[in-house]
Amino acid sequence: MAAQPLLSVRNLRTVFGTMQGEVTAVDDVSFDVAPGEVLGIVGESGSGKSVTALSIMGLLPQPPGRVAGGEILFEGRDLLKLPRSELRRMRGSAIGMIFQEPMTSLNPVFSIGDQITETIRVHERIGAAAARTRGIEMLEKVGIPSPQRRIDDFPHQLSGGMRQRVMIAMALSCSPRLLLADEPTTALDVTIQAQILDLLRDLQREMGMAIVVITHNMGVIAEFADRVAVMYAGRIAEEGPVGRIFDAPTHPYTAGLLASTPDLVGEVPRLRTIPGTLPSLYELPPGCRFAPRCDRRVEACESGRPATQEIEPGHFAACIRAREGASA
Amino acid sequence: MSAPPEVPLLRVENLTKHFPVTDGFFVKREVGRVRAVDDVSFHVGQGETLGLVGESGCGKSTTGRLVLRLIEPTSGKVEIEGRDFLSSTPAEMRELRKGMQIVFQDPYSSLNPRMTVEEIILEPLYVQGARPGPDMARRARKLLETVGLSPNHVIRYPHEFSGGQRQRIGIARALAPQPRFIVCDEAVSALDVSVQAQIVNLLQDLQEEFRLSYLFIAHDLAVVKHISDRVAVMYLGKIVEQADKASLYASPRHPYTQALLASIPVPNPRLRRPRARLTGDVPSAMAPPAGCRFNTRCPHATDLCRTQEPPAIEAAPGHVAACHHVASIPAVSPLAPQL
Amino acid sequence: MDAAGAIARPRTTPFWRTPTFRRLVRHRSFMIGLAMFSFVVALAVLAWWIAPNDPNRTAIRMRFRPPQLDRVFLLGTDNLGRNMLSRIVHGAQLSLLIGLGVVLLNTVFGVLLGAVAGYFRKLDGPMMRLADALMAFPSILLAIGIAAALGPSAWTAVIALSVVYIPRTARIVRASVLVVREMEFVQAARASGAGHWRIISRHIMPNCMAPLIVQLSFIFAYAVLSEAVLSFLGLGAPPSIPSWGTMISEGRTYIREAAWLTIVPGCAIALTVLGLNLMGDGLRDVLDPRLKIEQG
Repeated sequence: MAAQPLLSVRNLRTVFGTMQGEVTAVDDVSFDVAPGEVLGIVGESGSGKSVTALSIMGLLPQPPGRVAGGEILFEGRDLLKLPRSELRRMRGSAIGMIFQEPMTSLNPVFSIGDQITETIRVHERIGAAAARTRGIEMLEKVGIPSPQRRIDDFPHQLSGGMRQRVMIAMALSCSPRLLLADEPTTALDVTIQAQILDLLRDLQREMGMAIVVITHNMGVIAEFADRVAVMYAGRIAEEGPVGRIFDAPTHPYTAGLLASTPDLVGEVPRLRTIPGTLPSLYELPPGCRFAPRCDRRVEACESGRPATQEIEPGHFAACIRAREGASA
Repeated sequence: MSAPPEVPLLRVENLTKHFPVTDGFFVKREVGRVRAVDDVSFHVGQGETLGLVGESGCGKSTTGRLVLRLIEPTSGKVEIEGRDFLSSTPAEMRELRKGMQIVFQDPYSSLNPRMTVEEIILEPLYVQGARPGPDMARRARKLLETVGLSPNHVIRYPHEFSGGQRQRIGIARALAPQPRFIVCDEAVSALDVSVQAQIVNLLQDLQEEFRLSYLFIAHDLAVVKHISDRVAVMYLGKIVEQADKASLYASPRHPYTQALLASIPVPNPRLRRPRARLTGDVPSAMAPPAGCRFNTRCPHATDLCRTQEPPAIEAAPGHVAACHHVASIPAVSPLAPQL
Repeated sequence: MDAAGAIARPRTTPFWRTPTFRRLVRHRSFMIGLAMFSFVVALAVLAWWIAPNDPNRTAIRMRFRPPQLDRVFLLGTDNLGRNMLSRIVHGAQLSLLIGLGVVLLNTVFGVLLGAVAGYFRKLDGPMMRLADALMAFPSILLAIGIAAALGPSAWTAVIALSVVYIPRTARIVRASVLVVREMEFVQAARASGAGHWRIISRHIMPNCMAPLIVQLSFIFAYAVLSEAVLSFLGLGAPPSIPSWGTMISEGRTYIREAAWLTIVPGCAIALTVLGLNLMGDGLRDVLDPRLKIEQG
């Protein structure tokens, strides 16, 4: 793995100022994404996964939120140190992003043609006609039937699945090298979800794009990702190749998450649950954040942040007992 | 095995709900109808869970509300323990309503933010005429304990609780009048996975303890499989397949069910799924396709499908599918691992 | 009384301990407005002590005294020698009472009509059309029309202004009711068998208070202002009762020689209205987003 990673997040720390004080939503998170690789970031609410994506794109709502530390290296350049104009130029052309809610991510008063061509022309100096042609090509690529007609439609005339395809078309119109997908299929029906995931996979292969997909759905991760990072309360609990994470999860949270997911194939009389609830970000436990709910905790777990242990090459877990064998 | 057939707790026959679409300035005329639920029939036995699944717009939530008469049906029959619910007097209805409750999806809007937990839980009893007092307070505390919350929280307000805890409060409220039957309308869909598992276990425990029957409405087929005894699949207002859990998941007979099961991402990277995906979008419920409503997206559609609505055909004992070609379509299990 | 009984009555936190109160107190505009309005209220309440003499007592030899630093002539006298300070503080009484009357009528009828329109779908259409018809008239003209028809008096002013404002209040209440009605806890109440009345009073209305409170503060301000207009036009309180509007009307003729005759009541109106508006803004800032946070 001598090649330089496309995206390298190092010790990222993002905080939010609230009325009750400052809250750390992302606490010292590090991960790499190789060119052409699909990384899945999975976590429940409050895990910090969406905030991580927004921090990378520089789309944090700036008064309450700010990046308090770390580096985000994209092709070697630190995005946090770039001037705003440079960052804007990268958005859309080098890094694309698609969001969860197709209803609200498209402007309802502009046609989808207007919105796609706007994205294209912001980044490339081509005329309106050429941009429109490219727009129609993109719509066709994402599987919208009769694109020459539909390019003038407005968002409300399209279904949820179609709108998501339009968003993908917009995000990919300038052939970015990295795509951030924040819960891209959560708001869609299951059958449409499958179509969109297939589409993303095909496009990814065709364009050699790297994707960071953020979701809470373990099934999506299993179908789609090459590597997985599991986040809990702002930290990465476990990271590794998708097969290993599912076969042999070493962090108790990952194991608990998998055990809680009802299985479509097998049959269990009772779901295994993780006792307790997510900690409030205002009152975080000292030491390992998962300790209060962990059935393998020992005293040492509460004394300090658990160091990341390498279980096997490329597979890491932030648990002091990780090496003692898989928490089945 | 052949015990005398009990009267099912809930029997629904030919239940239909059309929502009129009106237009006009002073005088409103009907310009169309949304056929949200069309001629739906099923039953739920005592102590049994019927899962009702489908994608958005299929009518499953509407069905749940029709059964409780929160929405007035356009036509059809609903029988609770043999008694006709739809033609009962307001007094009879009040009585029957005691036995049926509902748990909603959104933990944030299903509890009145201006009432304490105690008031929320006891409200169904106060509505039925109970008076506040130490007995009631005791009941509220007991109910909180039953759903796994601390009884001391009776005086708190909903906003002080997390989503999972609020769902528990909602379940406690549903249990207060000691019902026989509870409609769970996407009761766990808005919760995180780990919390979902807790609530599912709670529902199962309560079912065993109080011999409850559930109509479990959801779009997550994995959860439905876990909790249900029998499952009904809905598409565009109609039930397309109904069977006991094992048969439905192992050998689905209706092409829609097969496509649905094939589309679900399974948390196992080793299971490579068949790539035959369903194309197109769901048609509008205002203008459903003629004949079989699924024909526009069905890989097996023929002219017969486009003109005639399929009857419910019994493909196997207790396993019914509404498809003309049930006999000839192989019962593919999309969940079998393929290498 | 055992522990269970003690808990049977839910312990509600007193208002001054709630986060809302704390937020209000920290809101600068609100506190400034509250100070201004409280000042006017103090003037009205203490009118009999502050007023040096009877506001209607004329004293021709003292006419046109300009305002000076003096306990009696702090605000001077008008064209008939009547003491301006007395007239202002008594005028405050009138303005505030009328404002209060309008607010009360709006609360009762606006809430009733808004709740009915919002809750019962069949009644909504015709009621809103009626409201539209009333609101189509420019508000002051409508008030003038009603006041003229009923004959000028303080009560007339209250009724006229209420008629103008109730449709607007009802609209606001109706909007909240429409939103709250769809919330699942209302459905839960219906599933338990609750009747309409219980649902409206116990479940819906308590959740609609915030926009209503904000609206009422603005209505108060508008009532004070409109009463002044009506009095100015001679359609409000009779001349025997001092009113800020009447004072402006009478002082208009002498605006060049004795500007204070119009400026002083004008300032009084401005102070009251501004104070109320600031309070309303503050209430809106504090109450509305808070309601959203509480509901997740």
